[in-house]
Amino acid sequence: MQTMPLLEVRDLKTHFFLDEGTVRAVDGVSFDIRSGVVLGVVGESGCGKSVLARSIMRIVRPPGRTIEGRITYDRGMRRGAAGDFVDLAQMPIDGSEIRDIRGSEITMIFQEPMVSFSPVHTIGFQIIEGILQHETDISKDEARNRAVEILRRVGIPNPESRIDQYPFSLSGGMRQRCMIAMALASDPNLLIADEPTTALDVTTQAQILELMAELQREFGMAMMLITHNLGVVAQMAEEVIVMYLGKIVEWTDIDTLFDDPKHPYTAELLKSIPRLRREGQAERLTAIAGSVPSPYVRPSGCPFHPRCPQAVAGLCDVREPELVQVGERHVVSCLLYSDGASNGAAEMETE
Amino acid sequence: MVSAAEGSNILEVRDLQAYFPITAGLWRRVVGQVRAVDGVSFDLKEGETLGLVGESGCGKTTTGRAIIRAVEPTGGEVFYRMRDDTLIEATAADGRTMQTLRQQIQIIFQDPFASLNPRMTIYDIVADPLRVNSLASGGELEDRVSEMLQMVGMSPAFMRRYPHAFSGGQRQRIGIARSLVMNPRLVIADEPVSALDVSVQAQILNLMQDLQQDLGLTYLFISHDLSVVQYISHRVAVMYVGKIVELAPTHELFTRPMHPYTQALLSSVPAPNPRVKSLGQSLEGEVADPANPPAGCYFHPRCPFVQDVCRETEPEFREIAPSHFARCHFAEDLDLPGVPA
Ligand SMILES: Nc1ncnc2c1ncn2[C@@H]1O[C@H](COP(=O)(O)OP(=O)(O)OP(=O)(O)O)[C@@H](O)[C@H]1O
Ligand SMILES: Nc1ncnc2c1ncn2[C@@H]1O[C@H](COP(=O)(O)OP(=O)(O)OP(=O)(O)O)[C@@H](O)[C@H]1O
Ligand code: SF4
Ligand SMILES: [Mg+2]
Ligand SMILES: [Mg+2]
Repeated sequence: MQTMPLLEVRDLKTHFFLDEGTVRAVDGVSFDIRSGVVLGVVGESGCGKSVLARSIMRIVRPPGRTIEGRITYDRGMRRGAAGDFVDLAQMPIDGSEIRDIRGSEITMIFQEPMVSFSPVHTIGFQIIEGILQHETDISKDEARNRAVEILRRVGIPNPESRIDQYPFSLSGGMRQRCMIAMALASDPNLLIADEPTTALDVTTQAQILELMAELQREFGMAMMLITHNLGVVAQMAEEVIVMYLGKIVEWTDIDTLFDDPKHPYTAELLKSIPRLRREGQAERLTAIAGSVPSPYVRPSGCPFHPRCPQAVAGLCDVREPELVQVGERHVVSCLLYSDGASNGAAEMETE
Repeated sequence: MVSAAEGSNILEVRDLQAYFPITAGLWRRVVGQVRAVDGVSFDLKEGETLGLVGESGCGKTTTGRAIIRAVEPTGGEVFYRMRDDTLIEATAADGRTMQTLRQQIQIIFQDPFASLNPRMTIYDIVADPLRVNSLASGGELEDRVSEMLQMVGMSPAFMRRYPHAFSGGQRQRIGIARSLVMNPRLVIADEPVSALDVSVQAQILNLMQDLQQDLGLTYLFISHDLSVVQYISHRVAVMYVGKIVELAPTHELFTRPMHPYTQALLSSVPAPNPRVKSLGQSLEGEVADPANPPAGCYFHPRCPFVQDVCRETEPEFREIAPSHFARCHFAEDLDLPGVPA
C-alpha cells in the first residue's frame, strides 16, 4: 500500500539575487519522491536541476535563497514508523537538525567527485569521518572496518590498502565509486545523484550505472537521479520530472514519458536525439528551433512558447500554465491541456 | 588499405605516430613516452564523413592535430591531394606548403565558449583568417563575412556583437562560419556538438550535413558519442589506446562489428527506451594507460574473448571483409551482435 511520499516538494522557489537581475533558478516546483523509488530529473543545462537538488539539501548559499515553498520530509521512515514530518525548507541552513539529516539520511553525489572529496585527506579518512559524525556510539576501528566493507561493495579492488590513498591518485571511475561509497556509508533514505556519470566514458558510465542500480535495490533507498541524458534516465528511473527554465513541465512514469509525452518540449526533445539503431539512422534529425533563453530574460507566459511548434498566439505568450493532471500518474504544465485545470500535483499524491 | 575508390582520396594517413615525452626531475629527463597516436592509418574520400570514436584519452584529438602538424608527428606519413590533383606529403612539407594546407584543412573545436576570442566582434572573428592571409579587404571582406554568417543560419545584423551575447549553439555556428570562410575542402570537427544542449545538437548536425552537401566538404568527425557518429558518418573508425581497432562503413560497423571493443562500446550506450534493458553487460576494468600499454593486444585485459595469443602477440590491422578492417586475432570467428535490437 502506498502511503505518504518520503519527500513532498510544493511550490518551491529558489532565486539568485544578482546585480544583473534575479535568476529564478527554481521557480515554483512541486513533485514527490516515494520511498525506495528512483526519480529521474531531466532537462537542459541551466534549467535548475542542480539548484533544485541543493535546495532540498539546504546548501544554497547567498546570493541564492529558497524564498518560498515547502519540502516535507518523513524522518520517521528511518525508524520504520512513517509519519514524523519535518519541513526542510523551514530549517536554518546551518541549524543542527538539517546537519543531522544532511550527509546521513539524505546524501548527495556530484558529477565531479573532487567536489565531495578534500584533496588533502585520504579516501578512508573522509569516509570514516562521515560515519563518526553521525554515529557517536561506534569506535574508530569499527568505522574503518565499515569503510573497507563499503569500498569493497562498490567494487574497489584491495580496499584494505586503497582506503589510505588520496583522491587524486585514483582514476575518474574509481573516484566515483569512492564517492558512492561515502554517500552510502550512512544507509541513507534518499540519495541525490547529480549527473553522477556525465564526466565518465561510456564503458565506465555503464559500470557505474549498473553499480548504482544494484545498490539502490539492495539498500532500498529512494534516489533522485539528475541527468541530461535521456538514455540514462530510461535505464535507471521509474518516474521522471522534466524541467525547463526553473519549472517542471512534465512529471510521469518512465514508460509514459517515452510512449506518450504530452508536453511539446518533451515530445520535441525525444524526437531530436540521435539513437543507436540497427536499421541505420534517420536521414535527418528533427531539431527544436531556437535555443534556451538567457536566465535574465525569461519569456512571458509559458517559458517554452518562443520555441514551441504548437504555441497558440495570444494564449501561450500571455498566460502562465499550471501543472494539470492528464493521466493516472501524469501531470503536464502546458496550456493545451489546461481546460478545467486543477492542481495536478495535489491529485497525484492521493493516488 | 588501398580501396577501390583510391583515385578520389583527399587524405591518406599511414602509420601515423604522435608520442609525448614524459619527463621527470630537475633536468626534465625523458623517462617514458605517452603513445597518444600509435600507428594510425586511414583514407578519407572526398565528400565523405569519417567518424572517429573512442573513449577519453584514446588519441582522437591528437590524430586530428597531427594531420595538420599542430602536433608534430613522431612517425608515419600524411598525404594530402590538392585540388589540381597533386599529392603533398604533409609530414615532409615546408612552411609555405603547410600554410596553404592549413587553409584547405580547417578544425572546428569542441568548446564554442573557449574557442572564440571574447574581445573580438563576430565580424572580426569570422574575417580574421581572410585578413591575416590578405585574401580580402574592404567591402569584399564584409560581403564574404555576411555570406558566411547567413550560410550558418545567423543574421549578419549581429556582426558587431561580441561572443558573450550568443548562446552555445550560436557560438558554434560562428565557429563554423570562421572555419568555412577560407573555403576549405577538409574539415576536422573535434567534438563539435559535445558541449551543446541536446535540443541544439540536432540543429548543428543538420547544418553540418547541409554544408557538406552544398560545398562538397569532407569531414573527419571526432566524437565520443556513438549515436551522433552513427547519424553523421559514412564510415567509422574506432580508436583504443592510440590505435584504430576497427574501421568499416557505418551500417556494417554498427550491425556486424568485428572487434570486441566496438561491441563493448555499442552495448554500453544507455538506450533511450525504457523497454530496452541495455545495462548489465558492462566491460570489466579500465582503459589502458597509453604510457604503459599492455603486451599483445592492448584490449586483452578487458576482453571477454581473450586467448593466450592475445596476451603475447599484437594483432594486425587487417581487412576482414571488403572495406571492413579490424585489429583482432579472432575477428573472423567472433559473431558479435552489434547494436542491441
Ligand atoms: N551560485 C549561483 N549564482 C548565480 N546563479 C546561479 C548560481 N547557481 C546556479 N545559478 C543559475 O541558476 C540557474 C540554474 O542552474 P543549475 O545549476 O541548477 O542548472 P542545471 O540544470 O543543473 O544545469 P547543468 O545541466 O548545466 O548542470 C542557471 O541559470 C544558473 O546560471
Ligand atoms: N600536449 C600533450 N602532452 C602530453 N600528453 C598529451 C598531450 N596531449 C595529449 N596527451 C595525452 O595523449 C593521449 C591522447 O590524448 P587526446 O587528447 O588525443 O585524446 P582524445 O581521444 O582526444 O580524448 P578526449 O575524448 O578526452 O578529448 C592522452 O593520454 C593525453 O593525456
Ligand atoms: S585480439 Fe584477443 S584480446 Fe584483442 S580483441 Fe581480439 S580476442 Fe580480444
Ligand atoms: Mg547541474
Ligand atoms: Mg579530444
